Amino acid sequence: MFMHKKDVWMLAALLLCVALLPRAIGAAGTGSGLGQPATPGDISAWNDDVSPSGNLPPGSGSVAQGQQIYAMQCAACHGDKGQGGPMDKLVGGVGSLDTKAPVKTVGSYWPYATTFFDYVRRAMPFTAPGTLSNDQVYAVTAYVLYMNGIVPQNAVMNGKSLLTVRMPNHDNFLQKDPRPDAP
Amino acid sequence: MDSSTERIVRRRAFIGGAVVAGSALAASTAARAASPLPARPQEQGAPLSPYGSRSTYESKVVRVPTELTPTQITSWDFTPLQDLHGTLTPNGLFFERNHGGVPNIDPAAHRLLVHGLVDNPRVFTMDDLKRYPPVTVVHFLECSGNGLTEWAKPTEPTVQKTHGLIGCAEWTGVRVSTLLKDLGVKTTTGWVLAEGADAAVMDRSIPLDKMMDDAILAYAQNGEALRPEQGYPLRLLLPGFEGNMNIKWLRRLKVGTEPSYTREETSKYTDLLPSGTARMFTFVMEAKSVITRPSGGMQISKKGEMPVTGLAWSGRGKITRVEVSADAGRTWNTAQLTEPVQSKALTRFVYPWKWNGEEVVLQSRAYDETGYVQPSLADLVKVRGLASVYHLNAIQSWHVASDGTVTNVHA
Repeated sequence: MFMHKKDVWMLAALLLCVALLPRAIGAAGTGSGLGQPATPGDISAWNDDVSPSGNLPPGSGSVAQGQQIYAMQCAACHGDKGQGGPMDKLVGGVGSLDTKAPVKTVGSYWPYATTFFDYVRRAMPFTAPGTLSNDQVYAVTAYVLYMNGIVPQNAVMNGKSLLTVRMPNHDNFLQKDPRPDAP
Repeated sequence: MDSSTERIVRRRAFIGGAVVAGSALAASTAARAASPLPARPQEQGAPLSPYGSRSTYESKVVRVPTELTPTQITSWDFTPLQDLHGTLTPNGLFFERNHGGVPNIDPAAHRLLVHGLVDNPRVFTMDDLKRYPPVTVVHFLECSGNGLTEWAKPTEPTVQKTHGLIGCAEWTGVRVSTLLKDLGVKTTTGWVLAEGADAAVMDRSIPLDKMMDDAILAYAQNGEALRPEQGYPLRLLLPGFEGNMNIKWLRRLKVGTEPSYTREETSKYTDLLPSGTARMFTFVMEAKSVITRPSGGMQISKKGEMPVTGLAWSGRGKITRVEVSADAGRTWNTAQLTEPVQSKALTRFVYPWKWNGEEVVLQSRAYDETGYVQPSLADLVKVRGLASVYHLNAIQSWHVASDGTVTNVHA
């Protein structure tokens, strides 16, 4: 097939591009090239899980502030003093876990305070999940910990203080599966 | 006999638990004397339909909700095991467990973010995910709270409510290992946080080992797109692991070194022992079996042939043997397993049996390929006590009275 000189050069350039394509994709991220690179903005938009390792957001809240938010947002389901209502009991039960009627609450059972912050922020209040500000979540966390006698009345929860809260039942979990455990 | 009589007879047999109630049988015999067989149709049937639905006569085979939760938004319902055949659970009857209701997600708008300890954090559309090589596997999915009412005393009357937090399906999707290798995982040990796009933005920590082994990002169930209540458009499937970890409406995977100690894996799906300590991260669903027919709420109408059939499964692999006892566990008989027997999948067993009209207690027990044998309730309670809530995999007992009535008992 006859080709003009210009066409030959264009074809050569095209072939070069094709040859380099896998390398280009590899350099951009993955072997498959599927998906788009996650931008720092993408990651920060969703990377809000809080754990004992940290990742706590800025903000703070006091027991007193938490008491007001609790009364408005939480008490209807969990009781005005955390005693439970239609939904889970949040306070009490300490000393009951090895009895025939164990009562699992934030105070008696939950091993990490960060879990409470994380859960409230992602799933509560039930009628409008995800609507509390970080300050409000810190405050409610402070108040529920206070109701359980875990932090004092003047406590303020923030990204540093929450990580220092030691939960009463922290040491009573076996993080290894010993099963099968019955013949 | 006219067709309406025939309909009543069928329905009564159905309500009686499908083992054929005695009175219905008598009515049917009388009716047949007048008109032995149904008349041929003399008018046309219904036209084509764009999406098939089952016979109106099957409308009572449904999921039933628990009565233990104050709302059906964060709640569960049960698969009607007593009315099902084979091993695959129809999509519309597959049990539900939701924590923030069922979201209605536009697949075109859905995204999966994979980040953390990977060389190339990326965002995927559903179209992207479907361009990875698909795999299709058959696996059961069981809530670890299956049977939670049955520890201390026989509570629920039917196998639907005692064992119905389980289903088995053919799942299609992408291996998590394919995706993570593509992105370049920076660690060989660790944990992956999986998060859903429901109102609870529910999350669980999954061992990286499991993710790199047989975990799947599933977008189809039994040949069609996932149903909304099963995680449409994308869910995590962790073969053999407790249901709660199989995050539905999956929107994020974050690779890290430590578990996050989420609410679900600390305050809920942990197993409290008599000592007051609790087991955390008990993921595998141990071998278990149950007789689905005859089972609680049914009535055996007459003496004679009454094949005993049920389901067995293990989160550790294949079922190798199922035994059936008709004397409360004193003697055991090997049941037939219906092929194919697949790993971490429901396995149907059948034991040919004749009921001689005597009072008996029927039980089944499963063996898996690790050599594990399904324990008796007494042996399990010796270790776990009565307050561990989750992971009850003990032998189930059904009492057959001399009138053929079948009830849930502890024996």
